[in-house]
Amino acid sequence: MTDQTAGTAPAGLSPDEARRADAAHTGPMLAADGTPLKKSLARALRRQKLRALALIAPLLIFVLVTFVVPIGDMLLRSVQNGIVADTLPETVETLSDWDHDGTALPGDDVWTAFYIDMWFAVERKEHTRLGTRLNYELTGMSSMFRKTGRQVDRFDTDVYGEQFVALDPSWGQPQSWAAMLDGPAADALPLTARTWERWKDFNAEEGDKVLEEDIPDFLFTALYHDLTHGAEVEGVSDRLSAAKAAAAEFEPVDLSAQFADADEDLGNIDVWKTLQLYSPRVTSGYFANSVDMQLTPDGIEARPENQQIYGILFKRTLFMSLVITGSCILLAYPVAWLLSNLPMRTANLLMILVLLPFWTSLLVRTSAWKVMLQQQGVINDVLVWLGLVADDARLTMINNQFGTIVAMTHILLPFMILPMYSVMSTIPPSYLRAAKSLGATNWTAFWRVYFPQSVPGIGAGSILVFILAIGYYITPEIVGGNTGTFISNRIAYHISSSLNWGLAAALGTILLAVVLVLYWAYDKIVGIDNVKLG
Amino acid sequence: MSELVIKTGRPPMNFTLLMVGGFGLILGFLTGNVVGAPLIGLVLGAAVGAGLGYVLNTMVPKKAVGRWAVIGAFALVGLVFGGFGGAVGGALIGAVLGWFAYWVGRGRYRDGVPLYYTPGQTLWWNSFLFICGAIFVFLITPILVVLPLSFNAEDFFTFTPEMLRLDPEGYSLKHYRDFFQTSDWQLALKNSLIIAPIATVISVSLGTLAAIGLSQSHVPFKRPIMAVLISPMIVPLIISATGMFFFYSTLGNFLEDSVGLSKSFVGYVKVILAHAVLGIPFVIITVTATLVGFDRSLTRAAANMGADPVTTFFRVQMPLILPGVISGGLFAFITSFDEVVVVLFVGSAAQKTLPWQMFIGLREQISPTILAVATILVCISIALLATLEILRRRSERLRGMSPG
Amino acid sequence: MKTTASVLALAAVAFTGVAASAQDMANEMTIVSWGGAYQKSQLKAYVEPYVAAHPEVKVVWDESSAEAVAKLRAMNEANNITWDLVDVEAADAIRLCDEGLAKEIDFDGELAAGDDGSSATDDFGESIVSDCFIPQIVFSTTVGYRTDLVGDTPPSDICAIFDLEKYPGKRSLNKRPLANVEWALLCDGVAKEDIYEVLATPEGQDQALAKLGTIKDQVVWWTAGADTPQLLADGEVVMGSTYNGRLFSAIAEQNQPIGMLWDAQMLDFDGWIVPEGLDAPRLARVMDFLKFATDSQRLADQAKWISYGPARASSASLVSTHADLGIEMAPHMPTDPANAKNVFVTQYEFWADYRDDIDAKFQAWLAQ
Repeated sequence: MTDQTAGTAPAGLSPDEARRADAAHTGPMLAADGTPLKKSLARALRRQKLRALALIAPLLIFVLVTFVVPIGDMLLRSVQNGIVADTLPETVETLSDWDHDGTALPGDDVWTAFYIDMWFAVERKEHTRLGTRLNYELTGMSSMFRKTGRQVDRFDTDVYGEQFVALDPSWGQPQSWAAMLDGPAADALPLTARTWERWKDFNAEEGDKVLEEDIPDFLFTALYHDLTHGAEVEGVSDRLSAAKAAAAEFEPVDLSAQFADADEDLGNIDVWKTLQLYSPRVTSGYFANSVDMQLTPDGIEARPENQQIYGILFKRTLFMSLVITGSCILLAYPVAWLLSNLPMRTANLLMILVLLPFWTSLLVRTSAWKVMLQQQGVINDVLVWLGLVADDARLTMINNQFGTIVAMTHILLPFMILPMYSVMSTIPPSYLRAAKSLGATNWTAFWRVYFPQSVPGIGAGSILVFILAIGYYITPEIVGGNTGTFISNRIAYHISSSLNWGLAAALGTILLAVVLVLYWAYDKIVGIDNVKLG
Repeated sequence: MSELVIKTGRPPMNFTLLMVGGFGLILGFLTGNVVGAPLIGLVLGAAVGAGLGYVLNTMVPKKAVGRWAVIGAFALVGLVFGGFGGAVGGALIGAVLGWFAYWVGRGRYRDGVPLYYTPGQTLWWNSFLFICGAIFVFLITPILVVLPLSFNAEDFFTFTPEMLRLDPEGYSLKHYRDFFQTSDWQLALKNSLIIAPIATVISVSLGTLAAIGLSQSHVPFKRPIMAVLISPMIVPLIISATGMFFFYSTLGNFLEDSVGLSKSFVGYVKVILAHAVLGIPFVIITVTATLVGFDRSLTRAAANMGADPVTTFFRVQMPLILPGVISGGLFAFITSFDEVVVVLFVGSAAQKTLPWQMFIGLREQISPTILAVATILVCISIALLATLEILRRRSERLRGMSPG
Repeated sequence: MKTTASVLALAAVAFTGVAASAQDMANEMTIVSWGGAYQKSQLKAYVEPYVAAHPEVKVVWDESSAEAVAKLRAMNEANNITWDLVDVEAADAIRLCDEGLAKEIDFDGELAAGDDGSSATDDFGESIVSDCFIPQIVFSTTVGYRTDLVGDTPPSDICAIFDLEKYPGKRSLNKRPLANVEWALLCDGVAKEDIYEVLATPEGQDQALAKLGTIKDQVVWWTAGADTPQLLADGEVVMGSTYNGRLFSAIAEQNQPIGMLWDAQMLDFDGWIVPEGLDAPRLARVMDFLKFATDSQRLADQAKWISYGPARASSASLVSTHADLGIEMAPHMPTDPANAKNVFVTQYEFWADYRDDIDAKFQAWLAQ
């Protein structure tokens, strides 16, 4: 037993004393089993640490694996932005060279890349999701992607295919493409080769054989693009050389005009700036959004006045949580004091009144407050019946901040009473009597003697109530109306309605950071060990 | 030599008249307001109050007789002026006023305070009791108010005129029938009773072990470890719910496809583990708090006498920290039993719990069935709490301890 | 004629049942719906008869239709589809279909033809708003009012919502832009046929919000269909929008002092989608059930329990009386000619395109 080993050594030996003791003796001090004391102590300490860790380890691993890592993964969504690069890989690649400070729309290569990307995105049903994603940053993106998606396989690009096949019927055979792009032509026709690979993958996904499918228009478009943009096909194959020579004379298709027909917004340079800005796989856009800012090509700037809501919501959440915590302290203190000073029989009976609401479903209590507070509710009815309030001037107590504060104070009150009670019941009543018999007034005795000892209870209750309050969302949703909702309601909205999980994660990360700072401050000031729950 | 005189007697009559009259004045004003004559009520109330204060305290020494007489008289007056409702109201006012008259007149208001208290201190003490009473009323009223609604004959959360008239037509047991006869509610009840206890056992056993580990004197990285273990309480539930959804879906796929467990079993495992994590902070906090005051020399003594660590834990440490463990367990149980956000994400319909069923009941079809459920649960809680208290008193008596 | 049809249908069911068990169908099915009276009507009209014919099938209900899109997306991402059949509004179905989360349906090949012999595609007609969406009912979002709180002149047109002078008091509106913005523009003097053109522009969206702003502090916003009937029953609001079936049940089944307005009702469809990615046995079971549950008679049967119109043309003539109250249901359908004098038909393509924009604006406007 480590305790035994430690117990045999002189108690309370500080390092200093130990050194002096060492100096006084000729050799090192020995423990009972003959090892040097220093070593024995160190070993005991190590064993103690290991034993403590062994006790903690199962839970720690359980919480880390099933909670911390999944939550961390969820919060990482606040910076992840792979969707643009995954859906429009060619466009992102070509757009990176585009000079967004200029006034010119992107060139031919971007349009061609966008056409190919859009074709795959539409087939895989990914374009509407991307549109929704980009719509968070620029309104109109969602409808633009949808409208374009409906048009993209009706573009006039079939003329390329017709012209190539007219030139040499072998262009219509997939086998010839496969053979060509297996060889050196792949280096000469980079876009065509990459697109061919995607086309092969796409067919594999669909369970089709690429060699049995017709060559799609966008492959001809890619080929035309490569051939007219300086592909080095000399000596690769005669067919290609002939095609290159002929392609210069082909009737071209103006892709930018085709896209502009599908949706005129594509002619808007802001659309391309936004696309380029959100190309990277990691973005600070969601965080900017969650503090009412906006990531624009010119840097981060404030959102328009009428879209700034998160600042208001964060302030409101903090303010209301503070008010709720404050009112809980005010209401819980006298009750906890009474409970801890009454004889145990009475106290236990009264305790039932505290525990009963605590054990009643949160949903029921919230509905109860709805029944109590509404304009035709119990409180208003009683007031009107007593003649204290006129029937046509009933008080508005619900669907506003007041409703949220009252209902949440009621719901969280037991979380304040229980820790306070457990701390107060350890304070001996004789202290107060001693103070009074030494001449203190009631107030002085309370304030200077009793209150300081009850502070850990207040602290524990407050941190508990505040943390629980700040993350609440069901109660504010039901009784809060418009002005009494919290940031968590917004997070829930983004998770289940608007599906903007990135923004929800960013808001959640900020909320979590606030709570962690508070937790840290609390740990510094009161110490988490001093939290007591009943 | 003058004798020590202890003033335990009644207050002077004029004090009684003033207090009871004043109280009557307030009640009279409110009653007068109801019928539209506040001033008459004011005067009449003061007069009746003062009169009662005098008559009861001088002429009716038997308290029970006096109080019942007052209740009867007021009920009669109420009946004459306001029918059945008036009679109930009158009886209530009579009961309050009669009690107050004796309470003041006999000096019962000094019962709770030491003899040496000044009148000011007595007043303060009684106001304090009044405030505490008001807070208890605040705590309990919402629950008492909605319980009658569970007997509503209509499908709304509203006191209908029939209910207010106490007309039997307005009441029905149909929501209770709904609860006992609908398979959805029964499934939900069964699931809650499976999930909450198992989740509690997991969080309590792991949590207690870890709390004991944390309370050792040399624990490396104590603060970060504590922060990790408390984190399920800190992270807003909606975030936890989504994060856990992805994790448990992967875990579920693995358990079903690779291990070959049945779908419904895996469903329960997912919800139980998720709820266990949510309950852990409460166990950790309560048990570490109990261990702070734990006398370490007791385990040393046990070890000294040859007990091995396991015996020491179960025979010495456990009984002493048991109250903390139980209270942590209660918190964990309630966390699971009342949890709706996470189960809606992590669970599937076969694992729907009571709060889940209540939540959809509230959202899609406001039905007082959820109040019927709440009423049943409240009655069970009262029975449980009362049983615990009775058991406690009995064991106290058996052990010959005086009530604390 | 009718009986012959049902006998034939039953026989067909029995036959497919026999044939189906041979091709290995899953016996458990999770159906997602909205709960409440609506789910009950589906239980009575579709599920109970189906289970009677296939006693081996066990149906689990999940009342999560309100979060269907979010949850299906998460399930898809986690590759863990636990739902077999989901009841959603048409707009959600379109979104799910667009994102590849719902299976495309071959109407004529996979669904039953109409009782009158018309093909499924013709029979469903205009209600097929998406390739993945099998319509069940036509419902409408409309306005109910407290008959005892509106004075002697009960409201007769939709603009009563915005008339605070004539009808003072709170009103409840949906916490989503759909229907609200259309009504706002209509009552702000925009001609009915121009409304979607105006709404497509930022200025038009601002105009709608500005009109809603005139009553903003008198509005209680609802998120669930049960809210408005409760608020009306409590007398908390004088009028409020909700689904017509909810109003019917509050008026006819609960005898509340509520009246309803059919003017400018917003017609919409609700129906089934099958999640993408089901394995073969589950899919076979779902398709077998769907074929049964969406035939003409079954859709008409649903109207016995709730006042929503069947989505098939051939079901209209089969609609009978309320199962408990015995009242004729046809006059309570949103599609009844007397009720359908002035209707909006939800413009799905418009809303699919502009939903993100208008939603974002509306929510920001609400929060401020």
